[in-house]
Amino acid sequence: MKKAYIFVFGGSSTLLLSIFMLVVLPRLQMGVVQNEGVSVQEPYTDEQALGRRIYIEYGCIYCHSQQVRDPVAGADESFGWGRASVPSDYIHDQPHLMGTSRTGPDLSNVGSRQPSAEWHHLHLYDPRMLVDWSIMPRHAFLYEKTQGEQPSESALKVPNSEDEWIIPSQEAEALVAYLLSLKRDQEPPTAGEADEQ
Amino acid sequence: MDTQVAFLVLTFVISVTAMIAFVVALIQKQVLVPPEAALAIFSGGEAGEPEPDQTSDMSRKWRELDRSAKNPILFFIVSSIVWLLIGSFLGLLASFKLHQPTLFDAYDYLSFGKVRTLHLNIIAYGWLSFSGLGLCLWLVPRIAKVPLRSGGILTVAGFIWNIGVVLGCTGILLGYSDGLEWLEFWWPIDILLAVAGAMVAIPLFRTVLVSKEKHLYVTLWYVLAAFIWFPVLFVIANTHFLHVGAQQAIVNWWFAHNVLGLWVTPLGLGIVYYLLPKIIGHPIASYQLSLFGFWGLALFYSQVGGHHLVGSPLPTWLINLSIVMSVGMVIPVVTVAINHHVTAYRHFQVLKESVVLRFVVFGAMMYTISSLQGCLHSIRTFNYVTHFTHWTVSHAHLGLYGFTTMVFFGGIYFALPRLLGRDWTRPGLVNAHFWIASIGILIYAVALGIGGALQGMALRDPSGSFQASVEVTMPYLIGRSFGGTLMLISHLILAFNVGSLLWESRRAKEEAL
Repeated sequence: MKKAYIFVFGGSSTLLLSIFMLVVLPRLQMGVVQNEGVSVQEPYTDEQALGRRIYIEYGCIYCHSQQVRDPVAGADESFGWGRASVPSDYIHDQPHLMGTSRTGPDLSNVGSRQPSAEWHHLHLYDPRMLVDWSIMPRHAFLYEKTQGEQPSESALKVPNSEDEWIIPSQEAEALVAYLLSLKRDQEPPTAGEADEQ
Repeated sequence: MDTQVAFLVLTFVISVTAMIAFVVALIQKQVLVPPEAALAIFSGGEAGEPEPDQTSDMSRKWRELDRSAKNPILFFIVSSIVWLLIGSFLGLLASFKLHQPTLFDAYDYLSFGKVRTLHLNIIAYGWLSFSGLGLCLWLVPRIAKVPLRSGGILTVAGFIWNIGVVLGCTGILLGYSDGLEWLEFWWPIDILLAVAGAMVAIPLFRTVLVSKEKHLYVTLWYVLAAFIWFPVLFVIANTHFLHVGAQQAIVNWWFAHNVLGLWVTPLGLGIVYYLLPKIIGHPIASYQLSLFGFWGLALFYSQVGGHHLVGSPLPTWLINLSIVMSVGMVIPVVTVAINHHVTAYRHFQVLKESVVLRFVVFGAMMYTISSLQGCLHSIRTFNYVTHFTHWTVSHAHLGLYGFTTMVFFGGIYFALPRLLGRDWTRPGLVNAHFWIASIGILIYAVALGIGGALQGMALRDPSGSFQASVEVTMPYLIGRSFGGTLMLISHLILAFNVGSLLWESRRAKEEAL
């Protein structure tokens, strides 16, 4: 069937063009940032990397972005979410977690904005305990609840309770460690600094 | 500097190649297709008369072609309907969780993040891809006018595909996820899907190659191209080590938008191009125009993915390229719209008789609306408002449900009785499915569209707060759940219709023995 080749050939070339423009060229251009760029970001520790897996597993990305827009595009800066993101903010991110939804607030700088581990644990356990208008799901299954004496050093007292405690699991500790590591608020390195290194 | 030189060279090479290709196409008379080619879908005496939903008048020629792949098609379509039920139930659960956040939240496996991910992947790979494959198996022999070749391999392919989706979902539940939207299935499981897809492609291509037709009907262009596009996309996007840091985001959205643009949309359009003239009994308004629609889609749609990253730290040229391509989509969309809507408008009275045609025409209308909506909100001014909001979800459902799912429903309602040689046991329920599903998706899309726009405006108000952007969406999220409930009910009706047809046909066969 001769004429099928026109569609096979033509279809492949338009796809090839799109691969070149949207996959190869950005890879060439941004590979430079990746390999030679200077980033103020630290690589993730083992615990933070585990926390990142938990962040992926529980689908945090479907409501929380990790990319701050320029003031022209949105009120991100006025909401206290930080400076506009740059490509070098992501050089340790595999997979990227930029996100496309803001059902919840942006988390690019949540570690600077909310540095208290206790707040994060209580908020993950029951968001509405701290933020009454929140629609975030509870992640109580990452915690063990007890009553009585403080069961362990890592246990946290439930606010407004007499003797109720929650003990974070290893997963919860890792997730909070990851959230606290999200600090992309330092000024990005300038071109001159990148050349020097 | 190097990048700029690369750009110049690339632009030059592409322009020259395109020119040569165009000249070759002119010489081979590919640019102007004979108008009578549009009649290829009718066999002797069929043109001019509407084809009713009932199967009794169908000519023997079609019956033989249809039977050549009957069992695999039934297997694919029944599997896809099971996935549709599971997927839409999970979608509805995720929808309720946004306004009832404590619903079932004691269970790890039912947390919003997992349920939503399962919904997306089951609908994309279990329902849309699977039923699309099944309908292709039915269309290709009809257009090539030869029985399907090497059909034996298809049952195995269907099993592998089912296993792939089951394992992919299990992986998501257990935390094995690649972490990229639309690409969550753990990459080793993607290999299963790729193998199964290739096993479906082989019979299709072999059938086309042995065809003696002088001209391939437009539906087949879309189907062939989709079968070339999607495997390449799927493999490149799932080869994660090739992509790094922020650049991964562009590959992510290049893939995700092309699942719609170069896979589901061509299949949906192909089915409309077949069923619309077939049911009406008259060829499409301008066969010539359908060529522009096809090549326009191939060129523009493949590069629109970057509009998901407006405002992100990716290079501006890249985002601009995608915005230009998204606006360029107006050309193929309008040409396809002229073709579909003019054809339907001229024979509007057939809608009174044919319920299948209602699905197809509704789907074609939603394609035009959702595509033009897409062109519009890829422009920065609009995108600043709609980005990061529920608007995007509304738009995705208008395209994937209003258009493709409704067209696939139409395809199932047309094909199944012809495959089994029996009419639907309760035609009234087919009609009920149409009305409940279409009212459901309209409520869904309008409610969430308004909610998303208000949310987007709140997210742009520097004197406001994030809290305002959450609270303003509440009534609309509830409205969406209402629309979604109607959609799920309509799927139960579909399952009942298909189930009773299969039951009746089996019983008739047993009685005949």
